[in-house]
Amino acid sequence: MSPTLPDAPAVYSAEPASAAVGTAPSPIRDFLSKRGSGRLADNSFAAVMLICACSIFAIVLFIFGILVIHSRPSLVAFGWKFFTRSAWDPVSGDFGALPFIFGTLATSLLALCMAVPLALGVAVFLTELCPRPLRAPISFLTELLAAIPSVVYGLWAVFVLVPLMRDPIGPFLVKTLGWTGFFSGPNFGVGLLTASIILAIMILPIISSLTRDIMTAVPNSQREAVLALGATRWEMIRIGVLRNSRIGIVGAIMLGLGRALGETMAVTMVIGNHPDIGKSLFAPANTLASVIAGEFSEATSDIYLSALIEIGLALFLVTIVVNAIARLMVWAVTRGAPARVH
Amino acid sequence: MDFQTRSMRINNARRTATNYFVSSLSVLATIIVILPLIAILFYLVYKGASSLNLAFFTHAPAPVGESGGGMANSIVGSGIILALASLMGIPIGIAAGVYLSEFGRGKPFATAVRFTADVLNGVPSIVMGISVFTLLVKGRHFSAVAGGVALAIMMIPTITRTTEEMLATVPHAIREAALGLGVPKWRTAISVSLRTASPGIITGCMLAFARVAGETAPLLFTAFGNQFWSLKLNEPIAALPLQIYVYAISPYDEWHRLAWAGSLVLIAMIMVSVTLVRIFANRGVLKGGS
Repeated sequence: MSPTLPDAPAVYSAEPASAAVGTAPSPIRDFLSKRGSGRLADNSFAAVMLICACSIFAIVLFIFGILVIHSRPSLVAFGWKFFTRSAWDPVSGDFGALPFIFGTLATSLLALCMAVPLALGVAVFLTELCPRPLRAPISFLTELLAAIPSVVYGLWAVFVLVPLMRDPIGPFLVKTLGWTGFFSGPNFGVGLLTASIILAIMILPIISSLTRDIMTAVPNSQREAVLALGATRWEMIRIGVLRNSRIGIVGAIMLGLGRALGETMAVTMVIGNHPDIGKSLFAPANTLASVIAGEFSEATSDIYLSALIEIGLALFLVTIVVNAIARLMVWAVTRGAPARVH
Repeated sequence: MDFQTRSMRINNARRTATNYFVSSLSVLATIIVILPLIAILFYLVYKGASSLNLAFFTHAPAPVGESGGGMANSIVGSGIILALASLMGIPIGIAAGVYLSEFGRGKPFATAVRFTADVLNGVPSIVMGISVFTLLVKGRHFSAVAGGVALAIMMIPTITRTTEEMLATVPHAIREAALGLGVPKWRTAISVSLRTASPGIITGCMLAFARVAGETAPLLFTAFGNQFWSLKLNEPIAALPLQIYVYAISPYDEWHRLAWAGSLVLIAMIMVSVTLVRIFANRGVLKGGS
């Protein structure tokens, strides 16, 4: 595609026109015809760039391949039952990942229940109701929530949230909602509920900023049309904006779910690290990510290590599927416009 | 309309009430969201500021029970790992972005790469940590290089996407002018497109940098952490977020103090980068029609 000059036709060759009488060859033609076509440089540059672009695929294949290879002992020993059994006994070499699947699902779904209404409320406020001068600072603040590292959330949760759950909040929940049976058992402050709360705080900024992107992508004509029909402000938001961005909002929620499924550090610090399936929200539990973080360095036997790597493989596949579906939904609404990177 | 039936009046009142109710709910939601952020930041400053002194930035950790230790080796170690990760991740990421934007426009391959980069951004960092562990650490030993590789893998998709976005905002007229003057395509990509989009690309790199600066999970099993001064690339090395994690779950008050101070330093670094990104993002690329 590069507009190089075609090779000089014979008539204008650069050899000194010694035979001809008259004009010497022009220095410009001389220079240009000696330059060549530059095709090699272009193609090799494009090839190098292509190799780097393929690195993305290479990374995915590498992670998948190496996880499969190193979880073979566990795959061979337990098969599919690995994900339906409840055992986790490193001493006798008996492993089953069901408690961790339960922990992951329970914390993620609970976190979604807490985060989604708040995130939608913030998104609605920032796009439709917020006075213009306040918009930038408040949106900056919510994006700052996304910038805080996971360890710092965990640190804050261990020293502030856990004592809070132990004293004012725990007994209050038992008093008011104890009849549901979800708040039975001893309350140490660490457990499913605390982990869900800190997860909710962490996935909130993702859901809210993506929802804001999606809501601003709805054309103004929709809003004006609904207003022209005599709607109140909330009705305009509900009918003109939210109804049009339903798919995208579901996609944003799924992205938050994907983040919640894989969140490691903050959850490890407050979930109690006990592979158990219980009804109480105060009970300690474990998630797929936190069992890897907590027990990987203590995995002494080969089968233990490969069981943990198999859990990592499961986590990898699940988050890839959830993220792929979510991204497809978001793309469908924003028409493939480059999504903001989170 | 002057004439309104009773039911219309009741309906209108109900709709107005719903409007105010939902508006106040969304304001309430915003307040509930901002509160934990302010609580975390204030508590961090309150707890961490008292422990920040010169010793913190110059000394390695003291033995348990003794006071006066610092986290200097973690800060330096983090710097080393991040430098390694940037050296590996930034060139590959920018090159991939250049390919997507300059050479691969419109091809389905480019769409596939873009989609995969987005999906890769959502993969938990611990998965990348254990894959690099099995590749570089198992059978050998923990090393700073392994930590750098794990972080580089996290940086590449982010930088690819932002580079591509920034290059897409360069007006076509500039490229066409260069090509029309006989500049080869590779030279156009480097001297014209990249140079024009460089403020945006730099902010993208800073964003990716700030993101991986706070990551702990990939470093848990690759860099592993080190209580002593160590600058060797082939041995375990301390890292700030890693050390914060170790101190936070320990039973010693002195170490808790250090964890708070370290968190304050980490957050300050990240906030500075995010604010710089915000300031420079407005400078953007060459504005003007194409």
